[in-house]
Amino acid sequence: MFKVRYVIKKIGFLFITLFSVLTFNFFLFRILPGDPLRLIARAGNLSSDSIARLNELFGLNQPKWMQYLIYLKNLATGQFGTSITFRRPVIEILQERLLNTAILLTLATIIVVAIGVGAGAIAATRRGSRLDNVFVVTSMVCWSLPTFWAGLILIILLGVSLSFFPIAGISTPGMIYFSSWDRIMDFARHLVLPTITLIIVDMAQFFMITRSALVDVLTTDYIHTAKAKGLSKNRILWKHAFPNALLPIVTATAVYVSLLIGGAIQVETVFSFPGMGKLMYDAVLRRDYPILEASFFIFAVFTILANFISDVIYMIIDPRVKNV
Amino acid sequence: MNEKNINEKNNTSTSLILGRFKNETWVQQMWADPLGKAGIIILVAVILISIIGPIVFPFDSKAGDSVEGVFRPPSSVHWLGTDDMGRDIFRATLTGAQVSLFVGLTASAISIIVGAIVGLLSGYYFGFGSNLSMRVTDFFFVLPVLPLIIVLASIFGQNIYITILVIGLTSWPSTARIVRSQVLSIREYKFIERIKSLGATDFRIIFAHILPNVMPLIYSNTVLVIAGAILAEATLAFLGLGDPVRVSWGTMLHYAFVSGAAGRQAWWYLLPPGIGIVLVVLSFTLTGHTLDKILNPRLRDY
Repeated sequence: MFKVRYVIKKIGFLFITLFSVLTFNFFLFRILPGDPLRLIARAGNLSSDSIARLNELFGLNQPKWMQYLIYLKNLATGQFGTSITFRRPVIEILQERLLNTAILLTLATIIVVAIGVGAGAIAATRRGSRLDNVFVVTSMVCWSLPTFWAGLILIILLGVSLSFFPIAGISTPGMIYFSSWDRIMDFARHLVLPTITLIIVDMAQFFMITRSALVDVLTTDYIHTAKAKGLSKNRILWKHAFPNALLPIVTATAVYVSLLIGGAIQVETVFSFPGMGKLMYDAVLRRDYPILEASFFIFAVFTILANFISDVIYMIIDPRVKNV
Repeated sequence: MNEKNINEKNNTSTSLILGRFKNETWVQQMWADPLGKAGIIILVAVILISIIGPIVFPFDSKAGDSVEGVFRPPSSVHWLGTDDMGRDIFRATLTGAQVSLFVGLTASAISIIVGAIVGLLSGYYFGFGSNLSMRVTDFFFVLPVLPLIIVLASIFGQNIYITILVIGLTSWPSTARIVRSQVLSIREYKFIERIKSLGATDFRIIFAHILPNVMPLIYSNTVLVIAGAILAEATLAFLGLGDPVRVSWGTMLHYAFVSGAAGRQAWWYLLPPGIGIVLVVLSFTLTGHTLDKILNPRLRDY
């Protein structure tokens, strides 16, 4: 019963947060910088005729609260406006880009979690050893790397010098594919360098959290009891210690998702990878505000949903929640 | 009992918490830790270089006068080669250190002050205002950081002070959360109740009695926030949202990227500013983690 109430409360917060993001976005792009017309038309000196026409076209002659309601209605029906540079509806462009980013980030996350948690477990069970020290120092160095710079260095090392992997885009220009398998393999080859860059920079966080959580758990009395009972090391680690260490790892999702999205923007920029991140970068350079607004909105919704899911998972795996 | 006596009483209770460090100062403990030592050494070296470097090797931001002078590899004249405008990369890197450190330090100062105040107040008081400020904190905590600062920087303009404000005002929620959870437990201590019964004002309790006990947490968090702020500045500048009239490591890498330095194999253009960022961020990270281990001894017993 408690769990149901908990989930209902969390869903309530989810909607409040989403609504706050919408409102925040509205204020940010329509009210704060002053004249939205200048942003839309990107020109300083418009004739009074065209100003009146544009005002009518974009509904700017309406009162602010009316504009807000129209804005909510448009978003609810999936209308993000028209891109200034692409001259196409933003929603179409988003649809094309989302899938590429989703593939890149899913792939990177699976490997990051596997390596981070695995290395964290190895380091925690051998804490103080040379291997542990090497892992800790390496992860701190990797954490200190700016993602975009790591990508640029990988381009020089693996892309240009050795020509192992393509360094830009998601398909080889002018390539004729004999089968869809060829097409997939070409896409996969283009994914290698961006994914490696994300892994190098982002795995440190999972490593550090897993390690410190396991170190905390492994020094508790019940683990000593398990050892005294003569259980195998692996059994103690995965069956007894890990479930409790999982809680801080799940909590860290919030920071990780934010980090991952930041990484996607940088990596996609460096490797000209046509995803959401590159879209945002190009929108910044060309001051394409409808695109900028929509991509910020998508990223925010994504992090908020990830947080919600991590809260719910936390509740499911935390045995203490039952007793409250 | 007068106010002075109360204060002394409280100092003993404060030092109960910090008491275990009486014999060894934290600087000594820091120096004894290999990672902490490495962090301090790199940090001091970088700060000295950023102060002295630009005086000894002043940077000339004017573009070179011939096409031949562009993208030259390291030589005896230009120790680290030249950039896409024929300027000396060694001197630019030295100047860039100042901007990166300046933005990192000032932005994190803003972030820590806002975060600490929000954390202290929302942890000490109960009620609507406290709940609301925590909701606001949570809201900013779940927003993705880089997209947020990109949007703010592109709306408010490209200027070093705007960069500082944007980074400072978006990175405080983590500090606020950490401080708040600590305040929640400290306010339950007996000595707080006693001081309150002696008639101390809320302001005095918060800033004279609770704050000193939260400081250790704030110290280590500050150092880690600086690392994050320097990375954020570099990323923002790399994405073309840096201050165009100032040379920072991020803007250097931006021009390196847009002029195709990676494809041209111009490693001398990419390595110096990048290594600068990594060294500074790493030194703050090492120092911060060691400080955290010393001042907040939860992880100490392994």
